[in-house]
Amino acid sequence: MSKTALIVDDSSSMRQMVGFTLKGAGFQVIEGVDGQDALTKLKEVPGGKVDIIITDLNMPIMDGLTFIKQARSLPACKFTPILMLTTESGDNRKAEGKAAGATGWIVKPFHPEQMLKVIEKVLPS
Amino acid sequence: MNFDTAMFHSAFFEEAADLLEDLEGLLLRLEKSPDDLELLNTIFRCAHSIKGGSATFGFADLAQFTHGLETLLDLMRNGQLKISKTISQLLLESRDQMRALLAVARGEESTAPDSAPLTARIHEQIESVNGTSDISAITEEPVIIEETAITAATKVYRLKFVPGPDILRRGIDPRQMINQIRESGELISIICDTSRLPSIEEIDPESSYLGWEIIFRTEWEEAQILDIFEFIEDESEIVLTIEPADFIPVIIQEVSAAAETIRAETSNSLNLDSAPLSAAKPTPPQPAAATPTSGGKNSDTQTLRVATDKVDKLINLVGELIINQSMLNEVISDFSMAKLPRLIEAVAEMERASRDLQERVMAVRMLPIKYAFGRFPRLVHDLSVACGKKIELKTVGEDTELDKTVIEVVTDPLTHLVRNSIDHALETPEERRAAGKPEMGTITLNAFHEGGNIVIEVSDDGRGLNRERILQKAIDRGLISENDAPPADDILYNYIFHPGFSTAKEVTDLSGRGVGMDIVKRAVQALGGSISLNTVPGKGTRFRIKLPLTMAILEGLSLSVGEEVYILPLTSIVESIRPKLGDVRLVAGQGEIVLMRGEVLPILRLYQVFGSTAQFTDPTKALLVIVENDGRKVALLVDELIGQSQVVIKSLETNYRKVNGIAGATILGDGRVALILDVPGLIHTDRLGGASFAEAA
Repeated sequence: MSKTALIVDDSSSMRQMVGFTLKGAGFQVIEGVDGQDALTKLKEVPGGKVDIIITDLNMPIMDGLTFIKQARSLPACKFTPILMLTTESGDNRKAEGKAAGATGWIVKPFHPEQMLKVIEKVLPS
Repeated sequence: MNFDTAMFHSAFFEEAADLLEDLEGLLLRLEKSPDDLELLNTIFRCAHSIKGGSATFGFADLAQFTHGLETLLDLMRNGQLKISKTISQLLLESRDQMRALLAVARGEESTAPDSAPLTARIHEQIESVNGTSDISAITEEPVIIEETAITAATKVYRLKFVPGPDILRRGIDPRQMINQIRESGELISIICDTSRLPSIEEIDPESSYLGWEIIFRTEWEEAQILDIFEFIEDESEIVLTIEPADFIPVIIQEVSAAAETIRAETSNSLNLDSAPLSAAKPTPPQPAAATPTSGGKNSDTQTLRVATDKVDKLINLVGELIINQSMLNEVISDFSMAKLPRLIEAVAEMERASRDLQERVMAVRMLPIKYAFGRFPRLVHDLSVACGKKIELKTVGEDTELDKTVIEVVTDPLTHLVRNSIDHALETPEERRAAGKPEMGTITLNAFHEGGNIVIEVSDDGRGLNRERILQKAIDRGLISENDAPPADDILYNYIFHPGFSTAKEVTDLSGRGVGMDIVKRAVQALGGSISLNTVPGKGTRFRIKLPLTMAILEGLSLSVGEEVYILPLTSIVESIRPKLGDVRLVAGQGEIVLMRGEVLPILRLYQVFGSTAQFTDPTKALLVIVENDGRKVALLVDELIGQSQVVIKSLETNYRKVNGIAGATILGDGRVALILDVPGLIHTDRLGGASFAEAA
């Protein structure tokens, strides 16, 4: 069975790129346009569980950090790898992300292949 | 897998263009409510998204410029910098610069204005707060980390790995890391350190208490190994040392299955020591050559964004059509007259579905008019500043949908009308005060459906049209004679649509350059629409543009003249009559006319116009179809009416050439070609004395 990834980004071009890359790597892809939307989508997934979540931080309605916290509090997502996309390579953002429960991060701009490498790193094979 | 990000460029361009469009409106709102933090956050997000996207897709100029702007906006949303007229202007200009840079990235423009002066102004503002304009450099274009071909000899490493207690709660699985080590080469030994496990009562199954000492042989470099632990290096103890190549481990306790059994072991009981922090930092990966992401030429296909539900409905309908089709197949396969009712039913069903489908497909091309209205807030803002007037813009009915092509074409005439209102119609604050009006003038854009048409109104509460000046101008231009009684208001005001008819006393920056209302009228007519106006001196003026909903499909009436079938646009038909003998007369200078309830209408014999032959040439045996355009009516002489139908307009010009009196062609159900009549053109012909196009051609 193919793995499922949830992508959360308010930018449709980013969602397209990330989604295309993941589909190419054999993932099924679910998209959320902001944190709130992603939580709703997550609840619609059978079992409320996806294999990996990739989220942007700066989003309207519900930002990425809040989303990560909320997702982590869901029993099904307790141990799900969550990667955050950030433009800031600074340590502050990473620390905030970690505190919220993010597994890791991908610093924008990134090449699709770099993203797959990071996913490989955190996703149990 | 290897691919170029270029395939997402058009998505990015469209998104960035939308964001810039939004940004403009948001910045204008910010001027009015400078303390709206939510608004500032939204503005920041716009800039942030554009920066992120342009950096990802390799548009360095745009990314670099936006980065500075983003830093400035960040200071503003943190309350460190207050909005001022200067900053507001700077932000608007920056937005324009971003648009110019985007146009270059799209390949629409070859060069953009230099960003340096604006960047300098942005830095000046940042400096005023930070004392320095050093802003963190933006991460450069994405780089592909090349797998460096490792031919180096293998090394033996000893790794002490004690993950922080919280890593499980972040979805990190130490097994995954140990597996990666295992895959890097040859695992010599792995020892699990359980000394930190607390007693069973104290254990938290979601915390990590274990540590490992792993000895392994690999070709990997140190940095590559440490990279595995990138996300936990700060809170974990990771010590990597190199052992002599001939190292033979003294195996104390091999826990080869340790990796697979961590979770189980987490419930063993031992004491927990706080993990010492001594993470080795991995060196950043060597940047390889920049990715060849060309920002220049890319085949910019015209795209159309369609709401998902519209597409879903289309798919549903296609499904229905397929069901219909199989129904038909089934009926026809061994047809007998007994099946006739079912055949009729199936065909009717199919007709319904295809008509539905047609409507839905047309709806795909429909866009809300806010795409056209969107540019006006900025226009009004800039122009009102330029002419020192206070103007408020109101838009109503922004969600009214109309054809994409119509939106694109109607924007220019609308702009012209709005500019005119600002420049001529609205008074200065002093004048308005003197006239007992509020200082703030209002321009209203209103769009709504009316029958099969869409109406767009541009109204202002300005001084209204100057009747005297228009009358004088009409006399000067010889449109009316000084000796005649002055024409009725509505006729008089319509003179402003005549070419070269500008009443502006002086040419200003905005309008009055002779490119006047005639251009507006022509553009509207080219869309198959009409324009009218309504004005009250001292109170204001309202222009009313009436447009067909779509330009590709026409609701028409088919009629025959001899062997030919013509289509008349339904919207232009008033009525059809068979005149009595006495009603048709020949009038000197006017030609043939028909009297209808006291109204005198010129008769236009279509067979004469197109040089064909008709079945009936006697009006009392034939039919007269009264058509109207712009308040002018003409009676068309035809043989008979066939029926009403929707026809798809095919351009005659692209296949043949422009023919006067003909708007296009269409293909009838029986495969014949029918010409679609151009009513405004025909009415114009009549004014030329009914000259035959056939002769002219």
